[in-house]
Amino acid sequence: MTAPTSQTPHATRHVPLEDTDGVPSFEASGGDWSDIAEEAARLGEERIVVNMGPQHPSTHGVLRLMLEIDGETVTEARAGIGYLHTGIEKNMEFRTWTQGVTFCTRMDYVAPLFQEAAYCLAVEKLLGITDDVPERASVIRVLMMELNRITSHLVFLATGGNELGATTIMILGFTAREEILKVFELISGLRMNHAYIRPGGVAQDVPPGAIDSVREALVKVREYFRQLEDLMLANPILHARMKDVGVLSLAAAMSLGVTGPLLRATGLPYDVRKTDPYCGYETYDFDVPTHDAADSWARLLVRVEECYQSMRIVEQCLERLAKPGPVMVEDKKVAWPAQLAIGTDGMGNSLDHIKEIMGTSMESLIHHFKLVTEGFRVPAGQVFQTVEHPRGELGVHLVSDGGTKPYRAHFRDPSFNNLQAVSMMCEGGQVADVVVAVASIDPVLGGVDR
Amino acid sequence: MTEPTSTPATPPAGEKADAAAAVKPGEPAPAGTQRTSAAALEAGSQNVPAAAPRTPLEVVDVRTGMFGVAGTGDTSGFGGLVRTVAMPGPSERPYGGWFDEVVDVLAEVLDESGTGYAAAVESVVVDRGDLTLNVAREHLLEVVRALRDDPDLRFELSLGVSGVHFPHDEGRELHAVYHVVSVTHGRRLRLEVAVPDADPHVPSTTAVYPANDWHERETWDFFGIVFDGHPGLARIQMPDDWPGHPQRKDYPLGGIPVEYKGATVPPPDQRRSYS
Repeated sequence: MTAPTSQTPHATRHVPLEDTDGVPSFEASGGDWSDIAEEAARLGEERIVVNMGPQHPSTHGVLRLMLEIDGETVTEARAGIGYLHTGIEKNMEFRTWTQGVTFCTRMDYVAPLFQEAAYCLAVEKLLGITDDVPERASVIRVLMMELNRITSHLVFLATGGNELGATTIMILGFTAREEILKVFELISGLRMNHAYIRPGGVAQDVPPGAIDSVREALVKVREYFRQLEDLMLANPILHARMKDVGVLSLAAAMSLGVTGPLLRATGLPYDVRKTDPYCGYETYDFDVPTHDAADSWARLLVRVEECYQSMRIVEQCLERLAKPGPVMVEDKKVAWPAQLAIGTDGMGNSLDHIKEIMGTSMESLIHHFKLVTEGFRVPAGQVFQTVEHPRGELGVHLVSDGGTKPYRAHFRDPSFNNLQAVSMMCEGGQVADVVVAVASIDPVLGGVDR
Repeated sequence: MTEPTSTPATPPAGEKADAAAAVKPGEPAPAGTQRTSAAALEAGSQNVPAAAPRTPLEVVDVRTGMFGVAGTGDTSGFGGLVRTVAMPGPSERPYGGWFDEVVDVLAEVLDESGTGYAAAVESVVVDRGDLTLNVAREHLLEVVRALRDDPDLRFELSLGVSGVHFPHDEGRELHAVYHVVSVTHGRRLRLEVAVPDADPHVPSTTAVYPANDWHERETWDFFGIVFDGHPGLARIQMPDDWPGHPQRKDYPLGGIPVEYKGATVPPPDQRRSYS
């Protein structure tokens, strides 16, 4: 199929004043909805504006969609965000560089490891220690990110299926995701919000048996994917609901800054892992799947294929992990002094370390205390680091003033940017297709609002 | 704290000797020893990474002490410590790699149009492998249009705008930072526009990069930078009736009242912390 030509990229414009003379208009943002509806009814306006969300099961959280409809046709669609704004970026300015990981992992909670990786890569670039990060740490980062990409795409398939009424797809998707979350729990200690990747490396080496667990999980995940594909790829209902719905052409995607599977579904193989490799992605063998239909169905196919490519990368990571090595930079002014260990009373600093700081070395104690409470200083300057997030290009803009805390941390979240395309995807379509179009963007509001 | 002392300027070695003579062990330090001298300010620039040819430093702040306490309460011994905070200054040619080519092409395009490269691009900063162009706001639109449209530049993808607030960088308090990518040539660079707090206006780039629509709204919301010509510069994250711009450094933060003899936990920016 060909991309529509009627879609010329444009920014949202003001309506010229002379066009609105004599036409009653109602401002939706910030007002009380019942007042607006009342006024519209009083003036006898035929126009119907539907406020979808912010509490709507198919809005992936707290997204608010303001739809102007004419019968079943959407004539205007606007997205309202900010309902989940938690000020994470501001909070990071009052915590050390290492503590920042704990904050940014909570932004896009479906793909937490990507925020961690992007943030740590940016801190390392500011410190000038990018080349000092041990290879094993980079391999573990890639392993975790690619597993996370699969879980994130599984959530897309699961919730997207659920929104079309396919509960089986949802159950299968989440069950498959659970297999990988178990691996995350084994390696990082947590299923989500890991704070596992740290400036200089990763918090802890993979525990014994983790590589086998990943291999076993991959077998199960492949099996679930086969079932999902059987359920979805030839499903006439999914075809009818998703094909030619929410089309966004290449030109529109580029001008709206839309990246990730949405951009690749228009045919452009733009992937930061290939164009600006980080964590050694240039040494892995993988393809960048694309499609040319630019509709919701194409995005689904691209995501499914990406999961298989991620599995390919994960297998290469597992081979490389056979070789032991350090997982943190050698610089003791950056690397955390203690390794964690499981004791009889749970997880904590290893007994050897406790023995050293409490019994033998006062200097070790001082060093531990200073590094953990004060943190390390980062030379003044700014960097911008991007990684390929499951939803597109995630950018981290970090500014340091030479202190122990970020002076400014800004995250360019891909869902935040991609949601701008809602208007273009939905206008002129049916109300029911709005759900499909928004699902195909796969927004996670934790990342959008931060 | 930044005023220079009344002592006559002496070469560094001499001053060191003078200081040693002035403060003898066991004697109380004379009043005013904690005041900042020009030499101390100069010495504080060690926080800036040493790299290739650098001209004047862009000082954005001057810090004293170590623990955020001043006056007699500071028993740390670091009370006299003075450090200047400076961002990496402008770089000299050659910038290295493709940076020179991009700057050359941009200069050619701008000179042809009559604007002039020197008027539009205030300085070029190459730091940590990133290219940053400091652009004058009057010519921002022309620069981004040239960056997007010239076949040798083709920065067709914008990754948005973010703001930074430097309250001590007088006349340039608010910075808007643009990140653009050239998919065609596989390059990325950064544009930085600095405006005074008293006149926080920057032309909107939404006509060139529609992607910047929400990003500019966010920067307005958080920093109060007004993007002139934006189609609907409304708040995006904060509620519409929110007072102030929360990411600014002078935005008041809340303390937490605790139920113990009326005590309150001070706001994060007023707590003792490592500076």
